[in-house]
Amino acid sequence: MSNIAPALSPMALSDATAHRFAKEVAKYPADQSQSAVMACLSILQQETGWVSPEGEVAVAQYLGMPVMAVREVSSFYNMYNLRPVGHFKINVCTNLPCQLRDGAQALAHLCERLGVESGGTTADGMFTVQPGECMGACADAPVLLVNDRSMCSFMSHEKIDQLVDGLRQSAIEKATP
Amino acid sequence: MNAQQLISQFQAQGLESSFHGRHIQPQILAGLNGGNWRLKDYESRGGYQALRKILGQDGSEGLTQDQVIAIVKESGLRGRGGAGFPTGLKWSFMPRQFPGHKYLVCNSDEGEPGTFKDRDILQFNPHIVIEGMAIAAYAMGIGVGYNYIHGEIFKTYERFEEALEEARAAGYLGEKIMGSSFSFQLHATHGFGAYICGEETALLESLEGKKGQPRFKPPFPASFGLYGKPTTINNTETFSAVPWIINNGGAAYLACGKPNNGGTKIFSISGDVERPGNYEIPLGTPFATLLELAGGMRSGRALKAVIPGGSSAPVLPASIMMDITMDYDAIAKAGSMLGSGAVIVMDERRCMVKSLQRLSYFYMHESCGQCTPCREGTGWLWRMVDRIENGQGRPSDMDLLDNVAESIMGRTICALGDAAAMPVRGMLKHFRAEFEHHITHKTCMVSAHV
Repeated sequence: MSNIAPALSPMALSDATAHRFAKEVAKYPADQSQSAVMACLSILQQETGWVSPEGEVAVAQYLGMPVMAVREVSSFYNMYNLRPVGHFKINVCTNLPCQLRDGAQALAHLCERLGVESGGTTADGMFTVQPGECMGACADAPVLLVNDRSMCSFMSHEKIDQLVDGLRQSAIEKATP
Repeated sequence: MNAQQLISQFQAQGLESSFHGRHIQPQILAGLNGGNWRLKDYESRGGYQALRKILGQDGSEGLTQDQVIAIVKESGLRGRGGAGFPTGLKWSFMPRQFPGHKYLVCNSDEGEPGTFKDRDILQFNPHIVIEGMAIAAYAMGIGVGYNYIHGEIFKTYERFEEALEEARAAGYLGEKIMGSSFSFQLHATHGFGAYICGEETALLESLEGKKGQPRFKPPFPASFGLYGKPTTINNTETFSAVPWIINNGGAAYLACGKPNNGGTKIFSISGDVERPGNYEIPLGTPFATLLELAGGMRSGRALKAVIPGGSSAPVLPASIMMDITMDYDAIAKAGSMLGSGAVIVMDERRCMVKSLQRLSYFYMHESCGQCTPCREGTGWLWRMVDRIENGQGRPSDMDLLDNVAESIMGRTICALGDAAAMPVRGMLKHFRAEFEHHITHKTCMVSAHV
């Protein structure tokens, strides 16, 4: 049986990206580079917004592991974006401890404010809103995570408004020379 | 203002959660204020003295590996991640004379709903974890360690990396530490959204760059762990307890808890209290005292129920909670478990069906899919609780819930299956009437229904 899927060419890695990958690989024994796959995929996502199939091929080649083994990882862990998301991805925790302190209301307010369904992306591609599982910050509820790496705490409706307005403004300013 | 500056305004500073001054005899959180996490601050609090002591770099003869393990055994320290296994005993399982590579792993994949203590330890006192790990590595003759940190707390992971750099530069990590013959390399690594990786063998798989599916035990990690080598895995808070134990002795640690439940424990309190947060108190402290530290019930409402040890622990009603002490043995005797020390407090307005609906969804979402009873059973449990909550429950669902939970318990590779089943059984045991009411009347017994 022949493989009918077209072979993907790997995404080209910049020197800066390769340098970050190398720093992760150096943490592990020489014959265990695969251990760095989680970190490399998250670096890729930080730099390009998601984990593209071409990016997976690049990571597989860099670490010397099968592409399918990379895909097993990217598809297993919840935080990898397997398709493009908005400029800002916001995950709101709705697990029980947060539910007891208005986590669900925070998610609903955010969706309403942005005019988007939970799980959806705004028409301008600025925001993606998703429900999240426990982020380990239950005393600070409502909590949300912006682009995987920044947690915001005690997010009242007012603070959510400040955050999304400010993020939108920052993106506009960045785009305007 | 750029996006990062804006977002940083909304970041928690730990003031509310850990620096409220309402701990009892704190050891791990003592003297912290949110800003004093750096090496020089830790040293000024007496940090790295325990490592100096065992290595004989304080003018003494130092301690042997056996002596260190004996002190930890004497302390009664039990695993703070959830299982409560005696730490000294776990350390003694490692083949100390094994000639090849051995590994030490810190489990900071804190994802048990309700738990947020390891985050604050790593964020505000990272060097106590590093010192605890270095002492453990010395005791077991281990040369390399990893700290696997929950992916959702990325800033904390970056903070820990910074602390590692400080420790390396000061000679507390690396080759021939403080001029002794002991060498230990420590690295930080992170998850990316998988509750299951808090299970120790799933964590090892993840650390090897694979999907996090638990392994069969035996073989236990002490004989076949990371990369197939002998490995010891402890929780963040467990390692953090070690420097105090070495400095003050095992007997002193045991004395500040109660027999078989030595030391202090950080309880993470969430839900319907005035001041949710981390409270470090001696094991054996009454729950009523802990509740008082957390400012009592929110808005003065009545206590209804408590999940005393993270979402996997069976719920206990107020009547039982107000009579028990917070330690492994007392909570186990009451029919639940101390677990990770996450105390989820629910007041009189709370609907238990709705609470269980959310928890059941979580376990369905997080089942790794490896074992059929868990993969299929968690979905089945959620669908039943969901339809009961939505007024579609059938009378036969009561027995079926019990039956499905029973059929998952003890029939899976790891404890996630049990963790999904235990809350169901706890709810049915103590709040059966609420479920029956939902089925019969298709409405909630609790008027507010929140």
